[in-house]
Amino acid sequence: MTEQKNPCCTGSNPGFAELGAYIDALKIDPKDPERKEMLIMTLHKAQSIFGYLPSEVQKFVAKKFSIPHADVSGVISFYNYFTTTPKGKTNISICMGTACYVNGSDKILQDFEKALGIKSGQVTADGRFSIESLRCVGACGLAPVVLINEHVYGKVKQGQAEKIIEEYLIEYGEPVEVE
Amino acid sequence: MITLTIDGREVSVPAGSTILDAAKKLNLKIPTLCYLELEKLHYKNQVASCRVCVVEVEGRRNLAPACATPVMPGMKVITNSKRVLSARRKNLELIISNHPFTCLTCLKSTECELQTMAWEYDVQVKYPNGERMRHKKDHSSAALFRDPDKCIMCRRCETMCNEVQTVGALTAFGRGFNTIVAPAEKNEIVDSPCVYCGQCVTVCPTGALIGHSYVNQVWNALFDETKKVVVQVAPAVRVALGEEFGYPAGEIVTGKMVAGLRQLGFDAVFDTTFGADLTIIEEGTEIIERVTKNENLPILTSCCPGWINFIRYYYPSLEYMPSTTKSPQQMTGAIIKSYYAEKMGWDPKNIVVVSIMPCIAKKYEASLPNQESYGIRDVDYSLTTRELAKILKEGSVDLRYIEEEDFDSPLGVSTGAGVIFGATGGVLEAALRSVYELVTKETLENVDFVALRGLDSAHEAVVDLGDRKIRVAAVSGLGNARKILDKVVSGEEVFDVIEIMACPGGCINGGGQPYAKDRDVVLQKRMESLYKLDREDKLRKSHENPEVIALYKDFLGEPGGQKAHDLLHVENFEASVMSEWEHL
Repeated sequence: MTEQKNPCCTGSNPGFAELGAYIDALKIDPKDPERKEMLIMTLHKAQSIFGYLPSEVQKFVAKKFSIPHADVSGVISFYNYFTTTPKGKTNISICMGTACYVNGSDKILQDFEKALGIKSGQVTADGRFSIESLRCVGACGLAPVVLINEHVYGKVKQGQAEKIIEEYLIEYGEPVEVE
Repeated sequence: MITLTIDGREVSVPAGSTILDAAKKLNLKIPTLCYLELEKLHYKNQVASCRVCVVEVEGRRNLAPACATPVMPGMKVITNSKRVLSARRKNLELIISNHPFTCLTCLKSTECELQTMAWEYDVQVKYPNGERMRHKKDHSSAALFRDPDKCIMCRRCETMCNEVQTVGALTAFGRGFNTIVAPAEKNEIVDSPCVYCGQCVTVCPTGALIGHSYVNQVWNALFDETKKVVVQVAPAVRVALGEEFGYPAGEIVTGKMVAGLRQLGFDAVFDTTFGADLTIIEEGTEIIERVTKNENLPILTSCCPGWINFIRYYYPSLEYMPSTTKSPQQMTGAIIKSYYAEKMGWDPKNIVVVSIMPCIAKKYEASLPNQESYGIRDVDYSLTTRELAKILKEGSVDLRYIEEEDFDSPLGVSTGAGVIFGATGGVLEAALRSVYELVTKETLENVDFVALRGLDSAHEAVVDLGDRKIRVAAVSGLGNARKILDKVVSGEEVFDVIEIMACPGGCINGGGQPYAKDRDVVLQKRMESLYKLDREDKLRKSHENPEVIALYKDFLGEPGGQKAHDLLHVENFEASVMSEWEHL
């Protein structure tokens, strides 16, 4: 009833056709009690298409699998990797692996959270930035590591967050004052 | 067969049995909390999450959950060693450390399995300041109340909802300590495909899932001198209420119940069975019409609101199939506020109709926007059998010490046909008794359609109506309803009339009935009592109910006529459902 009508996920989004074709290729038998085994890989695919897993996508998958929406939702809620909130255009991931953590990545995370006024796992209202934490990215020599989209920032120090964010604001061509 | 030793006693059980099964054979009572098996309902919850049933197995390092550990030849099991007992107690203490200490005011108090076990195991409050879950209570629906803080993650409700009823409204959401059993995306229950059958309530060991209580509202109505408060009681209540007062299962307490209700101050005590007879007249007329025209078949019964929700959510394309007749509860309410009000010279606006139902979905049905006639609500409050027991006790009534009395007239006169509505197959049997006579114009000598009776999931029969044979089926439990509907949709099976009840076994097993420890046995007893009432009734055919005949003659006109339609039918099902779920 409180359906969010997100522009990315209306029925006309070609992503649904792609996801639909992917699931059809799995040849799921609605009577097969084992069919849920293919759910996780399907959700991976769905997240790679849409960037996240909103209600509409969950229900679409549920219908294709002939399983309740609750089942799909339960699986998504169990795995950290799956997200039901959209990521920003610029996604800031702060490594909370052991090496980064002992080098103060929790403080770096707080810096970013403060600068953007959102918490880890959230997106700014304008959809430009999101923050998340992740586990080891395999660059412990550079700890603490911040990953912005595909770009790696190593040995990040406290107080650098605002400066890094500004780089991206400039890239958007519309610098805005950061709190 | 596999032979093992439990507490030094030898026992042989079939391969694949669990230690718990073997212990049962020796009459050893290993405590269980999450585990639950209801054989007749094909229900088995075996998640081994509570670890209360742990036992010691020789040669095994860890304690084993008896409910989920298969027996092995030569296994040596100890069920009551120091290690076992202290582990059980510790596990209970840990469960309780994350459970509210609000037993005094909890609706489930004295019926709570966790509470009972804590008492039996002499559990101490070891961790009063331990970390607690804090989740929002869900008051969103008129029928079902969820208090996730009382959930012990036994998953019984999930098994019932998803596997037996195939409704799929519940899931375990989240991970670890924060896990909560909830609808998809942690939505409120109104935003889920929950049909309010209430079977989850019947298996919940604690007060996490329970029916919404309207006891206070009913008391307030009774205390309000400007109101005329009229009560109606469903057939399945009279064979179950006694259990709440210490009677054996299946005891028939109709007369005592009526006397008790009168003592509480209700202005009239009526029988929903009258509405059931009325339902048969209206639904029977519809059956005859549709069968004669061979149109829109099969016709599906519409007395069960849980089932009606189910077809709306999962088979929206079959929406034309259910009969348009209202349920007996709503019909009785509508007639009280029209015919009876007129008779008594009461203003319908000042009448409060209270219904006593074995059901939780009835609360929801009573609240639906389309369940009214001429702008007046048919039913104001619906109480469960359990709530009736409470309100009677609160009102100084003890069923054991009260003289029997009769229902008031005219809506207290009923037939055996109406009474058997409370068991699976009953509505269909009642309909056939009338349809047969109305179509063939012959007297039905043997009114017992035995083939349609019994707690099994589905019954079928072919009835010869002279010119035409009709094929009928009675199904209970929504999982079974799904099976038969799939066959109807695929064309694999062709039926003319199908009765469907959401709860396995019908209303005798409703979500509002007294909690039954040995459910398979209790249901059998309740069912037998309903058929006994029918057998001993002088009137066994709905169309022979003299008060129903008078109602049509003096007030309604023709069955299926305009006035009957206004009061007793719902044309607009859509108004009552969320369309959001149609695609699921």
